[in-house]
Amino acid sequence: MIVRLRSISKKFGSRVAVNALDLDVPPGVCFGLLGPNGAGKTTTLRMVYGVTRPTAGSIEVFGLDLKQHLRAVRARLGVTLQQNVFIEALTPIENLRVFGRYHLLREPELSQRIDEVIQFLELGSHAGMPVRQLSGGFQRRLAIALSLMNRPELLIMDEPTTGLDPAVRLALWSRIRELRAQGATVLLTTHYMDEAQRLCDRVAIVCDGKVVDEGAPGDLIAAHLAPEAVELDCTPEEESALLDGTIRAARRLRVGRRVTFYLSDAAPLVERVRDADHRRPLVVRPTNLEDVFLALTGTSLEAAP
Amino acid sequence: MSLSPPHALAVWRRDAAMYRRTWKLNILPNFFEPVFYLLSIGLGVGAYINEMGGIPYLAFLAPGLVCVAAMNGASYEVTYNIYVRLNFEKAYDAMLTTPIEPDDVLAGEVLWALTRALIYGGCFFAVVAAAGLAPLPQGLWILPLLPLTGLLFAAIGLVFSLRIPNIDLFSFYYTLFLTPLFLFSDVFFPLNERVPAHWLWVAEILPLLHPVRLARAAFHGELSLVVLWDLTYILAVSAVLLVWARRDIDRRLTS
Repeated sequence: MIVRLRSISKKFGSRVAVNALDLDVPPGVCFGLLGPNGAGKTTTLRMVYGVTRPTAGSIEVFGLDLKQHLRAVRARLGVTLQQNVFIEALTPIENLRVFGRYHLLREPELSQRIDEVIQFLELGSHAGMPVRQLSGGFQRRLAIALSLMNRPELLIMDEPTTGLDPAVRLALWSRIRELRAQGATVLLTTHYMDEAQRLCDRVAIVCDGKVVDEGAPGDLIAAHLAPEAVELDCTPEEESALLDGTIRAARRLRVGRRVTFYLSDAAPLVERVRDADHRRPLVVRPTNLEDVFLALTGTSLEAAP
Repeated sequence: MSLSPPHALAVWRRDAAMYRRTWKLNILPNFFEPVFYLLSIGLGVGAYINEMGGIPYLAFLAPGLVCVAAMNGASYEVTYNIYVRLNFEKAYDAMLTTPIEPDDVLAGEVLWALTRALIYGGCFFAVVAAAGLAPLPQGLWILPLLPLTGLLFAAIGLVFSLRIPNIDLFSFYYTLFLTPLFLFSDVFFPLNERVPAHWLWVAEILPLLHPVRLARAAFHGELSLVVLWDLTYILAVSAVLLVWARRDIDRRLTS
């Protein structure tokens, strides 16, 4: 295992941020930590690179006990923080040079690495401009470039694509996939279920400081919900008329007027909705990770009557 | 103790890289500030004073002002700059994702504050020397004093900066601490001639007094036991405060 957490807990005063959490990140995968705000994701990541010390439990990274090999472990991993950290008056190249020195890189290797990450993240066109003049997408790419300066075996990313436009997100996903293809292990947190589903080989859903469930996105969906989802707007009265005892929805999720039914076969329900009012808007789609996420962490999901 | 000098040096080089971008703007006021003091107080006020402490007033004033410049150089660095790096830029959070540890951060930042003290004080000294107010070569003994002054005020400022909850509190540090020090630490008049003898021990608490006395001793080539006491004060107070700062910085950067 690249990362092995055994019943780690972290308390801040009386608040329990992480509660006897176990986690195994195998080598060469992209592993996603999903969870609502305040679930303990960032605290867990901080414990993996040793900035937050657990109140209890043990942490191994690269098979090394973190407490005893902190510098050695950090030399082999990279971290993309939630907030970009730059020297804004300096250029990307100068920022990379400063950061490379934190890893004690020297010339000529330092310049080689800088060229390498600039090329990898396509920063070349703006590499000589002060960072404060760069767009959000460029800045995020630079933040990732910084965390790659030491050619990390483990890349830890805290919400790598939050606040970015779709094109930049797509570009970053392809970079992350390429890193994994080169053999790196990626451990990331995200709020975007589409990101987790498309990018991650494995995900762990974290809630209240604990792993609620863990596995490949497809397996998690299959384990928790029926494969087809039907979404429509209706009142609770209309809903019971629609289901009418003959159609069994495995589960349903209601948020205001919007209801999502999870079914092994959507056709009978779709037919019945069409029969009643053929212009009524409805969405039929495959069940996705977001549904599972809501099923495991949300409070508004209830089993169908 | 987990200090790695190469990593501390990397922290120092970060600050140096940033300073290289702005030194041209910073260095000019550095040259003018001493010139203004020397002109106003030294030549202006000094015209009404025949001598002070047994020497011409300008010669009395010059070494103390060199120390004040060093004090300011270190203080700017460990107050506003450190506070911004810690709380707004999150520079240390990024450092701690690499093999750098809090002790390296502290050592690197203190080293950089000493460097700034040397740059500020050194500029001032160059002006003083060019004006013929520094007895050369013995006046050069003031140069090793500049990093020592920097060390003392880096330690004091760090403890303050790591503990305050709000950046506005620095105005207290400057107006209620550094300014009185500047005015009452032997720089403008000899304390021992104005303060009753049985109260002089209180003045010995003032941190700036010790570098100023050492600077004057360097300029005038007086070696006495007081020199030893001043050096001991600077090193001991710095050491105690740095131990304190070390605990604080670890608490602020890790959890």
